Amino acid sequence: MMRWLFFLPLAVFAVLVGLWLWGLNPERDPKALPSQLIDKAMPAFALPALEGSGSPALASADLADGQVKLINFFASWCVPCRAEHPHLETLAKESNLPIHGIAWRDEPDATLAWLNNLGNPYTRIGVDQKNAVGLDFGITGVPETFIIDAKGRVRYRQQGPLNPRNINTVIIPLVVALRKEAEEAS
Amino acid sequence: MFTEIGHFALILATFIASLQMVFGFWGAQRRHAGLMQATDQAALVSFSLVLLAFAALMHAYIVSDFSLLAVWENSHQDKPLIYRIAGTWGNHEGSLLLWTLILTLFSACLVLAGRGLPSSLKARVLGVQGSIALGFLSFMVLTSNPFLRQAVLPIDGKGLNPLLQDIGLAMHPPMLYLGYVGFSMAFSFAVAALIEGRVDPAWGRWVRPWTLAAWVFLTAGITLGSWWAYYELGWGGWWFWDPVENVSFMPWLSGTALLHCAIVVEKRDAMKVWTILFAVLTFALSLVGTFIVRSGLLTSVHAFAVDPERGRYILVLLALSIGGSLGLFAVRAPIFKPGGLFAPISREGALLINNLLLAIAAAVVFYGTLWPLVVEALSGQKITVGGPFYDRTFVPLMAPLIIVMGIGPFMTWKRADAGAIAQRLGLVLGITAVIVVAVIFLRRGGAWLPYVGVGLAVWLIVAAAVEWWDRVGLRNGSIAGLWQRIARTPNAAHGMSLAHAGLGVAIIGMVGSTSWSVETITTMAPGETAALGQHCVRFNGVNTVPGPNYTALRGDLTVLKNCQDDWLSLAPEKRSYPVRAMGTTEAAINSRWNGDVYVALGDEQNGKRIVRAYFRAFVPWIWLGGILMVAGGLLSLSDRRLRLGIPRRVRAAVAGKSTQSAGSGLVASKEAQSS
Repeated sequence: MMRWLFFLPLAVFAVLVGLWLWGLNPERDPKALPSQLIDKAMPAFALPALEGSGSPALASADLADGQVKLINFFASWCVPCRAEHPHLETLAKESNLPIHGIAWRDEPDATLAWLNNLGNPYTRIGVDQKNAVGLDFGITGVPETFIIDAKGRVRYRQQGPLNPRNINTVIIPLVVALRKEAEEAS
Repeated sequence: MFTEIGHFALILATFIASLQMVFGFWGAQRRHAGLMQATDQAALVSFSLVLLAFAALMHAYIVSDFSLLAVWENSHQDKPLIYRIAGTWGNHEGSLLLWTLILTLFSACLVLAGRGLPSSLKARVLGVQGSIALGFLSFMVLTSNPFLRQAVLPIDGKGLNPLLQDIGLAMHPPMLYLGYVGFSMAFSFAVAALIEGRVDPAWGRWVRPWTLAAWVFLTAGITLGSWWAYYELGWGGWWFWDPVENVSFMPWLSGTALLHCAIVVEKRDAMKVWTILFAVLTFALSLVGTFIVRSGLLTSVHAFAVDPERGRYILVLLALSIGGSLGLFAVRAPIFKPGGLFAPISREGALLINNLLLAIAAAVVFYGTLWPLVVEALSGQKITVGGPFYDRTFVPLMAPLIIVMGIGPFMTWKRADAGAIAQRLGLVLGITAVIVVAVIFLRRGGAWLPYVGVGLAVWLIVAAAVEWWDRVGLRNGSIAGLWQRIARTPNAAHGMSLAHAGLGVAIIGMVGSTSWSVETITTMAPGETAALGQHCVRFNGVNTVPGPNYTALRGDLTVLKNCQDDWLSLAPEKRSYPVRAMGTTEAAINSRWNGDVYVALGDEQNGKRIVRAYFRAFVPWIWLGGILMVAGGLLSLSDRRLRLGIPRRVRAAVAGKSTQSAGSGLVASKEAQSS
């Protein structure tokens, strides 16, 4: 009789315990969802401008300028966006990083009133009332932020609001690295 | 005051459980009658203490004692009494206490009902039970204490998640736990048998009622959960292949296999290793279920006390209990020699095939549930395994399973008469073909696959009916004495026919609802009409209705038969619960024999209301099938040979090695009938 067969269940179980032990690693967030777009070209889109905001319209064609940039999905009805907004303002003032906004599932009048009230950090603004572009980017809610490299590829996705901590530890170092990468390539 | 008594009882129960474990193993090893008796007492005391703790916790929920952290987090004064009571187990800490209560209840039942058991086997079983109880009680006391107080007394609680404030869900966890924990009995019997080195037909007969009871509860629990999801989540699905559903389904699959191979041990003294392995695996899968829900290991719609710290504790418990028992299995199981020979065409042959299929099915679900974690560990990518995977793997496995399920009951033990069986199966096939042709004629059109599914289900029902017909002697056409013959047939046989037919009924519901449903999702202004299949739905408007702890927006919709006459009036609701700032969807469902008319309200959009209207074909058949399976299990459980006290009378016969004649009414009657 093949006695080793009787050890098979135990062996399988041992592998599973190892797997679960790994899965319980506190660093691991089972809910975090990396974007499928990472290292791929950003989806093509062309969105109308927000009338009265003074910012021009946003289309993927406008973004093929060889610069690293940030795209931020926001909405006036979104409370975390309100919390994030001053940090975007600061980032826009204190850095030369182009910040583009996409007003997601929002009434243009409400977006405009919100920006007039809180300030407008965006170089360009696209109005995505029907979630057409949001769907292409695979966003699950607002705010979400994407970093696009010089070649127009998506390099980073942030779900949830930006704050001084993630701006300083993730966004800025990444932008610096991407610019360096672009310089070396050219 | 009550709280402190409960808290104290919980801590004391932890110590008593450790005594139960030590006394059980040590007493059985030394054959010390006093220690073994003390094990019985420990099991009873431990149950009383956990019951006291549970009563104290329930009291705290009923009187809304918000000085308890768990009560504050999960309850609210405005909640109706029934949901305050159900709130006791509607959260992590309380559900663990319920889990442990049921575990100790089963131990106490074994003490009270198992007087006929050999004392050393009983002491060892109780020892294993005690060690499981110790694990869970210490887990509770150390990491998830339901009796923790908070220093600042809040005015009111945070409320229970409104989705859980529902009668279906108030009953769902206790049923599921009765099932999960019920399998601990089979597990404990298996571990005790491995230690004793003895598995015989009597062992099979002792294990079976516990397994059957657990299976009945698990079946009821899964059906209830599915029913709840169907009417509460608002889009008319009844199964989502969500990890948490899967982890309740895996023990059901392997428990079903266990249920059937325990019969082979009982009747034929064979398939022992297989039975032991299934007993261990079924409970292991139940524990894994508990583990996955609570550790945050996999994301799920049932997110519930996600805490890696607790997860690690449960992992240690799991490694000790399952790893220990599988280690014991590896070392000890090879000593079990098969008792009887296997003929390919025999009842045990059919049961073996079905057990293999059930094992593969459980393995497929297990693979699908854990594969995302494996992929993430190996490549860092996140994937989801959903319906399409199971449609292609699990569903095709069910086809041979159902075919064999129809054939198996016609076979006799040891060696079946192939010719006679083929003749009966021909009849079954004929009736099935007639019914399926009728169904195709009535429905006309659509994909052919659903007809295959319905055909399999009809095959199963017809086979169960014909087998029952033969068994009670209707085949010879004599009505005289029919009632006596039905009464003389063991309840286990009636139960089997009912449960098998019940699965067939449920499958018709599953196939029908996935294939022949119609849906319309649209925005409607008051007075507008939308088509739903051949009928129409008219939206008359909404009005606001107050509830006890919510306000409801109640829609008024009319279904027009063939888009002409007013037919059904439906009032779905959207409730909002201010305490949790959450809402629920209460679908309006009108059940008919061939399906449900199901309407749910969505949000308002541009002044119009989103309305989701469905015709969910044959869904009530799923619930009916679940009820039939539970009824079949209960009927089988009431069989004379499984009744309390019977093992004592049979034991003498077992010792005399004449198990076939004395022990099993089913074999005797089956042989009498076939001769």
